[in-house]
Amino acid sequence: MALKNKNQRLAHLFMVCSNIKLTAAGESIELVLRQIRQLNQRDFKMDVQRKLEILADAAKYDASCASSGTEKRDSSDRKGMGSTAPGMGICHSYAPDGRCISLLKVLLTNACNYDCLYCVNRASSNVPRARFTVEEVVKLTLDFYRRNYIEGLFLSSGIIRSPDYTMEQVVSVARKLREEHHFRGYIHLKTIPEADDALITEAGKYADRLSINIEMPEETSLQQFAPEKDVRAIRRTMGRLRLKLDEAEENRAAKTKARPQRFAPAGQSTQMIVGADSASDHTILHTSSNLYGSYKLRRVYYSAFSPIPDASRALPLVQPPLLREHRLYQADWLMRFYGFDVGEIVDDSAMLPLDIDPKLAWALRHRDRFPLDINRASREELLRVPGFGTKAVERIIATRRTTTIRLADLARLHVPCNKALPFIVLSDHRPSPHRLDAAGLIERFKPKATQLGFGF
Amino acid sequence: MQYITLDTETDFDGWRAAARSLALHHVQPADVAWTVHGRDAELFVTQAPSPILAVNEGTFNVSSKFVDLARAAILHRDPERFAILYRLLWRLKDNHDLMDVAIDPDVALVTAMARAVHRDEHKMHAFVRFREIGRERAAHFVAWFEPEHHIVELAAPFFAKRFADMPWSILTPDLCAHWDGHSLSFTPGVSKSEAPGEDRLEETWRRYYASIFNPARLKVKAMQKEMPKKYWRNLPEASIIKPLIEDAERMTGAMIANAATDPHKPQKRPEALMIRTTAADDLEALREEAAHCRACPLYKDATQTVFGEGPKHANIMLVGEQPGDKEDLAGHPFVGPAGQMLDRALEEAGVDRKRVYVTNAVKHFKFVPRGKIRLHQKPNTPEIKACRQWYERELAVVQPDLVVAMGATAAQSVFGKITPIGKTRGRLIDLPDGRKALVTVHPSYLLRLPDPEAKVLEYQRFVEDLKIVAGLQKKAARAA
Repeated sequence: MALKNKNQRLAHLFMVCSNIKLTAAGESIELVLRQIRQLNQRDFKMDVQRKLEILADAAKYDASCASSGTEKRDSSDRKGMGSTAPGMGICHSYAPDGRCISLLKVLLTNACNYDCLYCVNRASSNVPRARFTVEEVVKLTLDFYRRNYIEGLFLSSGIIRSPDYTMEQVVSVARKLREEHHFRGYIHLKTIPEADDALITEAGKYADRLSINIEMPEETSLQQFAPEKDVRAIRRTMGRLRLKLDEAEENRAAKTKARPQRFAPAGQSTQMIVGADSASDHTILHTSSNLYGSYKLRRVYYSAFSPIPDASRALPLVQPPLLREHRLYQADWLMRFYGFDVGEIVDDSAMLPLDIDPKLAWALRHRDRFPLDINRASREELLRVPGFGTKAVERIIATRRTTTIRLADLARLHVPCNKALPFIVLSDHRPSPHRLDAAGLIERFKPKATQLGFGF
Repeated sequence: MQYITLDTETDFDGWRAAARSLALHHVQPADVAWTVHGRDAELFVTQAPSPILAVNEGTFNVSSKFVDLARAAILHRDPERFAILYRLLWRLKDNHDLMDVAIDPDVALVTAMARAVHRDEHKMHAFVRFREIGRERAAHFVAWFEPEHHIVELAAPFFAKRFADMPWSILTPDLCAHWDGHSLSFTPGVSKSEAPGEDRLEETWRRYYASIFNPARLKVKAMQKEMPKKYWRNLPEASIIKPLIEDAERMTGAMIANAATDPHKPQKRPEALMIRTTAADDLEALREEAAHCRACPLYKDATQTVFGEGPKHANIMLVGEQPGDKEDLAGHPFVGPAGQMLDRALEEAGVDRKRVYVTNAVKHFKFVPRGKIRLHQKPNTPEIKACRQWYERELAVVQPDLVVAMGATAAQSVFGKITPIGKTRGRLIDLPDGRKALVTVHPSYLLRLPDPEAKVLEYQRFVEDLKIVAGLQKKAARAA
């Protein structure tokens, strides 16, 4: 009986939808239309929570979650809400993958015209699709921010219709947050390559940071894995961003205009996927060095390619090379803060060692430069001692102006002794030359065989 | 023995005044006992306030670094902190550089205490979770937090500036902070039961937390290093950490094991590579073709091909060396410093820039990275030769009467061989195809001259050379 009723109703709905006139008494068209609407709402309208799950899941392969290095802002004028934490940024939570959760990181939609093999959102993937309205993202951002869950928003999107249409959608979220809600928190927008210049200018007006992912370390692998993406278009857009960043910086420095046009005060960044193609660490670091120098990027993020749901058969579906990713970040730091060139860190077409860090590996290759007298060596030399961080070097330089540094003092300088001792001379410590030259020195530094951090 | 009782746990001003008096009266650190009003009552109740505190005269200098550190370290929960700080102050009197000696035990201890306080403050900024009471306009946001040190007053202004438009309270066992939309106020600590137990957004937040987590990258220790377990009991998302970890290995295994499903719609073929027209009579087609040039390796590190620009049938063609940093980014020739120099000289010589076609012998930027800048490098002969086809094809389309080679690279391209500038510059030379050529220096050469007098002189010579161009341009204009 119930089934029969249901069938009747479906037939009825079918007739309504097909514009077939109903003549039966007591069944007004209005009533049926209302039923359709209710069904629609129940079955087809995805609620915001479900959308959030899909669109956050789709965004998590973007490693960046930084909220640092932007201009100082707050809402003490009581117009709107939010502030920035210049300097270090704030991580409001950490996921069990050890990554900071600082921003609401979502896609506007994970529908995408492109078919990039490495991407969970590629056109040919079977993942569920969703699309936020502009209003929904704005409300979620404000609701989360008000509860102190986040520093702001990181918004990206699949490419729908055209680059300009997609960029306009992304920008309109930021515009609404800033212009209507006077939101003063952090905004990171993904820039769509080849988007119109006016849209990019507007994005820079609202956003703290803009980013375009270079995705692959080599042009050939991008062609292979992401046929619709064009590394030339990506680089041209990065170039345009840099010109605008330079201009904004010059205007700030000159202070001639009353209010210079604001453009992404936290600069631009990018991301490279590691381990999906066969590029060597040398190639990856060479590309990074080129990008830092050409486009003044604040950061290059390295993202170990990790298995994705419904992955393409063309990709290595193995545990992500997390240690390799870690070594690349260390090498990246050496280039940016320790005065190393790519060629010094890793030879042509070579890989970074996984068992020891790249600075230690460099020191072991250049033992003739050691041991260094900590009480005399220059800053540049100190920065090359294994285990010495930039802050430790500053502390050493300040301390030795008034006193001599001894072995017992190293702990208070926060220097890992095991790593540094074979390479340094102190007033009461001198490593035996025999030990520094010994072939077995490297064994001292290799990690003991342990499981890679699943302890809980 | 001097007995000092401070007003509160965070009474920096009281400590400062007392410490100043004690030091001025040469009271040894070992002879001072510190406490806070209400604490250690039985020991201190019989002691009258120290008489020397009444005498408050004179000052002495200590480094501002100490004052900053002490302000933070005094918020540490260690009951010995007042004594430790006085001990350090005592030693600073006679040793002004002591604060720079990071290896001194007292300096290291106070630095560590201040760092612990700032870390706690930072974590409070991060881990406070507001819960909404009431809705919409009547909403009040209340949080419960358990700080490790006495940091509520230190951390509260951050929230006042951030959430200026909403009334909020942060309740803690020590002290509660309140913001009514206008001013901050503090009341004594309360128990956790006073705080609201849930918020309507927390389930959404937990779903976000679960979705943004990548189970293939489980690194529990890294998470716990930054978000130690002691904070978990007040974080709404912490309740799902354990199930997420338990599920992670299973999910990752499944992702790796599951073969890819067939695409639910026909996989789109990449559009066929653009059919490149080789019709050499069209500048736009040439420009498009040159954008994909791989004739030499320079394309790899550069941003883009910087092709020539100007009227299609200009009778003057200026040839430079190669695009520079700014040209590479913008995609247009002569827009950087050398371009500005050229514009100035052209104007001074009377050449109409808008009627000139401007291009480069080599169309990609050649450079070596030097830290954060890209250092221009002279193109070599194979690169000049590889790029010459574009110059020749530009020449064939534009058909200028005069080609101006600026610098040695341009001269090499224009004459097809290495041509010294010194011997050829400043006069019209007949080219085999009937065109005229003029050789001069590259404007960037003028920028690089270190001697200001030589700069002025060379600039004048450059303008003189360009006046020949101006003459020809005017003649052509009259003829037309």
